[in-house]
Amino acid sequence: MTTDHSLAVERLTLGYGDRVVVDDLDLVVPPGRVTAIVGANACGKSTLLRSMSRLLRPRTGRVVLDGAEVHRLPARQLARTLGLLPQSPVAPEGITVADLVGRGRHPHQGVLSRWSTADDLAVAAALEATDTTALAERPVDELSGGQRQRVWIAMALAQETDLLLLDEPTTFLDVSHQVEVLDLLTDLNRSRGTTIVMVLHDLNLAARYADHLVALAAGRVHAAGTPQEVLTEDCVRAVFGLDSRVVEDPTTGAPMMLPLGRHHVVGAGTGVGGDAAR
Amino acid sequence: MAALVVALVVAFVLSLMVGRTFYGPGEVLGVVLGQDVPGATFTVGRLRLPRAVLAVLAGLCFGLGGVTFQTMLRNPLASPDIIGISSGASAAAAFAIVTLSLDGAQVSAFAIVAGLAVAVLVYLLSRRGGVVGTRLVLVGIGVAAMLDSLTAYVLSGAAQWDLQEATRWLTGSLNGASWSQALPVLVALAVLTPVLLSRSRDLSATQLGDDAASALGVRVDRTRLVVIVAAVGLISFATAACGPIAFVAFLSGPIAARVVGPHGSLLVPSALVGALLVLVADVVGQYALGMRFPVGVVTGVLGAPYLIWLIVRTNRAGGSL
Repeated sequence: MTTDHSLAVERLTLGYGDRVVVDDLDLVVPPGRVTAIVGANACGKSTLLRSMSRLLRPRTGRVVLDGAEVHRLPARQLARTLGLLPQSPVAPEGITVADLVGRGRHPHQGVLSRWSTADDLAVAAALEATDTTALAERPVDELSGGQRQRVWIAMALAQETDLLLLDEPTTFLDVSHQVEVLDLLTDLNRSRGTTIVMVLHDLNLAARYADHLVALAAGRVHAAGTPQEVLTEDCVRAVFGLDSRVVEDPTTGAPMMLPLGRHHVVGAGTGVGGDAAR
Repeated sequence: MAALVVALVVAFVLSLMVGRTFYGPGEVLGVVLGQDVPGATFTVGRLRLPRAVLAVLAGLCFGLGGVTFQTMLRNPLASPDIIGISSGASAAAAFAIVTLSLDGAQVSAFAIVAGLAVAVLVYLLSRRGGVVGTRLVLVGIGVAAMLDSLTAYVLSGAAQWDLQEATRWLTGSLNGASWSQALPVLVALAVLTPVLLSRSRDLSATQLGDDAASALGVRVDRTRLVVIVAAVGLISFATAACGPIAFVAFLSGPIAARVVGPHGSLLVPSALVGALLVLVADVVGQYALGMRFPVGVVTGVLGAPYLIWLIVRTNRAGGSL
């Protein structure tokens, strides 16, 4: 698989109704890497991701994939290169894991073409990669949250796209399942070279798992670069309106953000956390 | 699925055999092949055969149209006979026939225009706060009630108050079925079935939610438009011929899902179940109950308990309609 797809956002403005959510935004996605987009609630990160995968038409500006404007590409053709796992997909009642993962093959099938060996192989590989092979015949309704999320990721994998966008893939998962999902995405990136762009709400996990971190504030890119470049105390204050301390994660060396609230801070009143809560 | 086809063929042949006079399979086959069999040629050829054919065609339409709506709106209650589409088509057809004395293609045209208009009306009335869900079903039930009373008004205002006409437009009936009624339904099926089947995979992708379906390369809005028009067409043509046969559209999909399991598309199995339901219910209504009931009364008796069960179960699960 190739990893040299270029995906970029150029002067993109997005909105719903009268409200502008993303304002004149530029962004380049590094190919073959893991990019995490972080930002406060309602800063436009999900909206941006939706537009990057053609779900939302830009007011102005464009999203460019390999030189072609995403919103002008045929839907099926785009879906063979770029996949999206939305925030809350719906599992049809009673559907089994294998059937749901099989739905990921949709863009590879014509109106009349039958299910092929390639489809079987892709589904098997996706189940294997997400460690859900044993669940294949189980109804999705019966799975735990972590299992279900792995199954949805398996569906996106069965789509066999070189770029995969994920909107908060770790929401509603406990911490061990969050790590499990992010490890899985890292495996995918390293073994297949898949370019990954994900919206995450946990800054520290984003800093740990991303090669490239993008911090959005009020519909614009506040900072983009390596986690070390982006995750600073100033950045957290600007993006989240929160005073914090950023230290080196002793286990990984990635930057780690410690929020400073109004309480429970040793030496409160003397340090930066003294009157931290705005 | 093969079992459904076999069951349908058997039911079709049986429906030609049984009646006030019983004819053996040899005689029935003779009539179907165009031979002159004394007695049977009239009873089977003129009365039973068009009736059975119309039952199958209408059942296919109701089954296919019903499961399409249920799949698209992700709600077993959102079938066209619950949310007013059949009622609209029926009211228009009754108006065209009883009040305007039209027939044939003109009646079908009235029915399909009304069916589409009701679909648009229900959509617009339930649009606020998300179309899918309780609001659409409840709005549809209200619209259906209004349209049914409109049908009753049309019928009571007619010069020739005719019980057969009344039952046809209010519950659905195959009484007086003729080839001229069956033909438009056949044409509608021949044109619209391929349209729906070619969209079947896109349709099942939309069940994952609009965003997920778009991400799989489905043009969600276009799929929805094509599928609605085709499904409303099927329902309207069938309704123009034999009225809104109660609950067939509503029941076929869930029954088909039980029969064939959750794998694969339900469109064809549901169509077959619809045909089987109408055919069997009509035979039961004519001969098994001591007096003759129109087919819609029998399917109504089947459908109502399922409707109640579905609502009770949904409530218990804490879900919305």
